[in-house]
Amino acid sequence: MIGRHKHCLGLADYSREEIVEVLDLAVSMKEVLQRPIKKVPSLRGKSVVNLFFEASTRTRSSFEVAAKVLSADALNWTASASSVTKGETLIDTVRNLEAMRPDVIVIRHSAGGAPGLVASRVGCAVISAGDGAHEHPSQGLLDCFTLREKLGTLEGKTIAIVGDITHSRVARSDIYGLLALGARVRVCGPPTMIPPGVERLGATVHHALREAVAGADAVIMLRIQHERIGDPLIPSTREYSRLWGLNARKAAEWLTPGCLVMHPGPINRGVELEPDVADGARSVILDQVENGVAVRMALLYLLAGGPEAAAEAKTSARA
Amino acid sequence: MADLLFIEGGRVIDPASGTDAVRTVVIRDGLVAEVAERVERPREARAIDARGRWVTPGFIDLHVHLREPGQEYKETVATGAAAAVAGGFTAICAMPNTRPVNDTAAVTELVLARAAAAGLARVYPVGCISKGSAGEELAEYGELKQAGCVALSDDGKPVMNAALMRRALEYARAFGLPLTVHEEDLALVGKGVMHEGAVSTRLGLNGIPGQAEDVMVLRDLALAELTGGRLHIAHISTRGAVRAVREAKRRGLPVTAEVTPHHLALTDEDLAASGYSTDYKMNPPLRAQDDVDACREGLADGTLDAIATDHAPHAVQEKDVEFDVAANGIVGLETAFPVCLELVRRGLLAERRLVEALTAAPAAAFGLPGGRLARGAPADVAVLDPAAEWVVAPERLRSKSKNSPWKGRRLTGRCTHTVVGGRIVHEEGRADR
Repeated sequence: MIGRHKHCLGLADYSREEIVEVLDLAVSMKEVLQRPIKKVPSLRGKSVVNLFFEASTRTRSSFEVAAKVLSADALNWTASASSVTKGETLIDTVRNLEAMRPDVIVIRHSAGGAPGLVASRVGCAVISAGDGAHEHPSQGLLDCFTLREKLGTLEGKTIAIVGDITHSRVARSDIYGLLALGARVRVCGPPTMIPPGVERLGATVHHALREAVAGADAVIMLRIQHERIGDPLIPSTREYSRLWGLNARKAAEWLTPGCLVMHPGPINRGVELEPDVADGARSVILDQVENGVAVRMALLYLLAGGPEAAAEAKTSARA
Repeated sequence: MADLLFIEGGRVIDPASGTDAVRTVVIRDGLVAEVAERVERPREARAIDARGRWVTPGFIDLHVHLREPGQEYKETVATGAAAAVAGGFTAICAMPNTRPVNDTAAVTELVLARAAAAGLARVYPVGCISKGSAGEELAEYGELKQAGCVALSDDGKPVMNAALMRRALEYARAFGLPLTVHEEDLALVGKGVMHEGAVSTRLGLNGIPGQAEDVMVLRDLALAELTGGRLHIAHISTRGAVRAVREAKRRGLPVTAEVTPHHLALTDEDLAASGYSTDYKMNPPLRAQDDVDACREGLADGTLDAIATDHAPHAVQEKDVEFDVAANGIVGLETAFPVCLELVRRGLLAERRLVEALTAAPAAAFGLPGGRLARGAPADVAVLDPAAEWVVAPERLRSKSKNSPWKGRRLTGRCTHTVVGGRIVHEEGRADR
């Protein structure tokens, strides 16, 4: 359990305390990752199914590593290798998987709400690894973790999220998580990529990159998916990168000296982010990846371990 | 000896004649013989005690999907007609998007034969606007009219080709058939699965802007003006569409429109609160509160003539899936009356206007018989208990499909008796035939 939650389907209904509970435990989990022997027995005998209906390397590997470090058994079930192509329904697939008695199902799906549908039909815990343009809660948590680690606190900080907000589940989870922790959130992109009513989530809307990043403590650059070009959301990657992409010159002129640059990956180098920024001093992109494992360890631990897990978590991880 | 049925002591609400008073309806040999304050009942006459109840003309639904032929696992003409009479509907218009679609006399005749065999509600087939509903060539309206079609529609799909729509409106004039149109611009709909707005942003589902409906309504109003054709706008769901129809009527265009109970009762916030329940997925989608308010105002002031259910049965395997891929639509025949009666209780709709929108107004829109309790008219009558509370239990719905957002909910208002041509075809508490 995480606070009131048996599942992690999104951060929209997670309170500040519940988010902090995960982040605090992730601090201990990160210590485990930095040991010479990266293995603790915390989830020995537990099993985790990674059920991925969409291509993913980073997130699936991150959950897999997280499970293995905690000594859980991880099974990867990908849509291409499954019976989905034979016409099996999502519910039949998860019922079959559930019959194998997993403790946690981690699911990624192209349809918003699919993890919730699964959670309503299975007895085990469900973690969303991203559903449509709805939420990607573990990414939101790892972004919060990274920012909290680098900035000390999110209280009063200003974070800009730049890119295709409309189609981004990362943006939504980031907005919920960052706001819960006291940050101010700006979203920025061409008007075709700003979803209606996003200000009602608590973010302010900007169309000029310069204005969005002015005074910001961190900038989260989102991946521009190639299928959006000619959708017709944007005319070309050329114009997009010129107006909304970040390069060293703009970073030097427009960002405050301490402003961090983040990206959920995979990066389209030369589109939203130039290599001179992605690999530059401000970039914490690889920290995000490392922290992703720690945060997912915390999620798995809290949700696979039963109600007493949270209490014994820190002791166990530090043992 | 004459066959006599007395419906006694109920509050007769018959907007067509302006009646709203406690009366007895006398039915002789299938026809309304008399609506009178005091009549002696002969010993041999059958009687329905309607005290405390409403007695109205049988409801007429301009928009029902019966799924037969082709998708009998969702609904048949017989099960759809049973659901209709359970909800107080004595006449239903069967949309042509069956498999095959109803673009030939053969399909029209099959639907009519099945309806006659069921012997429940009257079923009026609607034929296709275009062959195969493919939006390319006109269907044979002469043949369809002769076989018994009362209107034309490619429902489920818009007629995207404006030139074809123009010719359809023109050609249909020769037969006096209205075109009942499903309005959405498919390019604007894109991959949308719910109303576009703050709620779709929150849920991360692709949105359908209300303007996808508005632009098509405006286009077809312009084409109706060009052609003088009879246009009926199906399932209006947006403020923009209500405004456009209101303005067109003010200019004297012969246009009519319908609205569904769910677009009067539910919003996109209800979809969000349901947790992506596919019983809240329909097309047009549940809109924002402002659109719902506009639909309620439009119904109250007569801009929207009729309430039509868009009864759309789907089997569980088509609904128990991800929201993105679930079938559009809900069943509506058995819940329409209580759902709309709620608007009356909340002071948003007059009782008489509610009854009119379910009876005389739809009859007038398609030129159908019925919708009134006039002497000599076929005796199609609904007896309704406006205070009866009931829980929508899926297993008790007559429809083969159970895709209703009101499943498990308590509703107030229920049809207790339905009479078609003088025959009692539904009686509450009576087991199905």
